[in-house]
Amino acid sequence: MTTKTIKVGYLARVEGEGSLKLVIRDGAVQSAELRIFEAPRFFEALLRGRAFSEAPDITARICGICPAAYQMSAVHALEDAFGITVPEPIRALRRLLYCGEWLESHSLHVFMLHAPDFLGYDSAIEMARDHGHVVERGLTLKKIGNEVMTLLGGREVHPINVRVGGFYKVPARSELAALAGRLETAREIAADTVRWAGGLDFPDCERDYEFVALRSAATEYPHNEGRLVSSKGLNIETRDYDEHFEELHVARSTALYSRRIGGGVYLVGPMARYSLNSDRLSANAAGAAREAGLGAQCRNPYRSIVVRAVEMLHACDEALEIIGGYVPPEEPSVHVEPRAGTGYGCTEAPRGILYHRYRIDDAGNIVDARIVPPTSQNQGSIEEDLKTFIGAALDLPEAALRSRCEQTVRNYDPCISCATHFLKLEIDRG
Amino acid sequence: MADCEPLRHGRRVVIGIGNADRGADGVGRWATRLLRASVPEDVRVIECPGEATDVLEHLQAADVAYLVDAAVSGAPVGTIRRFDCVAGALPQNALQVSTHGFGPGEAIELARALGRLPRACVVYAIEADSVDAGEGLSAALQRAAEQVAARVAAELSAEQP
Repeated sequence: MTTKTIKVGYLARVEGEGSLKLVIRDGAVQSAELRIFEAPRFFEALLRGRAFSEAPDITARICGICPAAYQMSAVHALEDAFGITVPEPIRALRRLLYCGEWLESHSLHVFMLHAPDFLGYDSAIEMARDHGHVVERGLTLKKIGNEVMTLLGGREVHPINVRVGGFYKVPARSELAALAGRLETAREIAADTVRWAGGLDFPDCERDYEFVALRSAATEYPHNEGRLVSSKGLNIETRDYDEHFEELHVARSTALYSRRIGGGVYLVGPMARYSLNSDRLSANAAGAAREAGLGAQCRNPYRSIVVRAVEMLHACDEALEIIGGYVPPEEPSVHVEPRAGTGYGCTEAPRGILYHRYRIDDAGNIVDARIVPPTSQNQGSIEEDLKTFIGAALDLPEAALRSRCEQTVRNYDPCISCATHFLKLEIDRG
Repeated sequence: MADCEPLRHGRRVVIGIGNADRGADGVGRWATRLLRASVPEDVRVIECPGEATDVLEHLQAADVAYLVDAAVSGAPVGTIRRFDCVAGALPQNALQVSTHGFGPGEAIELARALGRLPRACVVYAIEADSVDAGEGLSAALQRAAEQVAARVAAELSAEQP
């Protein structure tokens, strides 16, 4: 029997610190373990006893890449608890904020973290020496995403302008109009990016995923609203999340694993969103996706770079549509009267569905909170991809095999993906 | 945040990097606050968390840039190291590892790769101790921040804008 153990010793910080271990027996991957060992940060416990109004700003601190997603899930959950519906202009501004965050996050991943895998470089810095124009595209898109976040959120990272019931301050029409020209530029770059990404070389790999994403009753590509649906028949309200999904503690990870109750691992994020909502893309983005070789669904995780590019193009289209029809609300937020109860919220963070649940007492204080981020939900799917796809790559030279393992993790844009650039790979040949 | 808006007119910039709410991680920002009132008028003083694309944007807009950040290299706490980035690449452990592994060190090297490095680009790295949550610096780091502020101010004064 031939045994080979591939150990990726340190996946380093951010949303998870972890490592990777693959055990190969007789030419097949026997097991794949993503080990997350970052110390828990206890945000859910930190929220207990705090006023409901503090939740958006506290949870925004969970992530420096997608803070608006945490704010959006928090405010929707709390508004659910209090029976509040916000008026259309506020709803539209929240979608616009999310467009900015998708641009920021996707551009960072597509150009700085993922593109080097496809172009054969160890880092964006090395890639920039030969493909400066590619990096410049990413920087411009990121900057325009930052500008959207700054205008609506008050600053580009960890926004401070979001509150339960709306915003502290809303932009004037003239302020949004000034952003439109920038978003026109972003749209052109995003369209070029979809064409460029579609022309990359992809391993021929597909898997029968259970995709899970929001799907809105309106004809919108999902951001903040919708039912939770899956490619295998799930169709539930957000408030029923706990009846269909469970979190498990496994010894190798300080991050809880998620799985469907009575089912298995599932996938959230751009590929799931796209596959369950491609009919809701802007006409422009849908056309670009087709030209880039995407069908109505995408089951090849290496093509997720194309899907992210399509989502950036859609975000530009949607942002421009929102700006074009914007009429400022009479008040920046609606009155909030807290009451005892439980509220549920789920929105589409750049990396996938982000679930929040809060129980509130009569005084408006948080009794308990539950937060399920997309990266923890995708841990099982990352391991399944490694088991399924790496077997066909075992004959690659060691450096290329290591690169393929890292790329397979990076397909998910988990917050740990960046750290794979720092990995030391040990191969123990039995 | 007004402090993080990119440089538009001035061509000399001092960038304090870090999180002021995480103890020693904010030492670069503390240093720049100390020199804010004493630098020549043309110098823009900026504080930033250190996200690479933001830092890169500030570098691209400047002719002369000084960056001040915390570092964890194993040297005694408060040790000050000065790196001339135009002369060569930053050592790998010169600055703190940043969110997503994409921080000020990467911004400098990306600027170099894109041909956008300012004609003068200097990093002051201050060896940090605790980066636990909370404001405030140890006495050693306060002294280091004061020394760096004085050294940067002196370099700016000695240099022709």
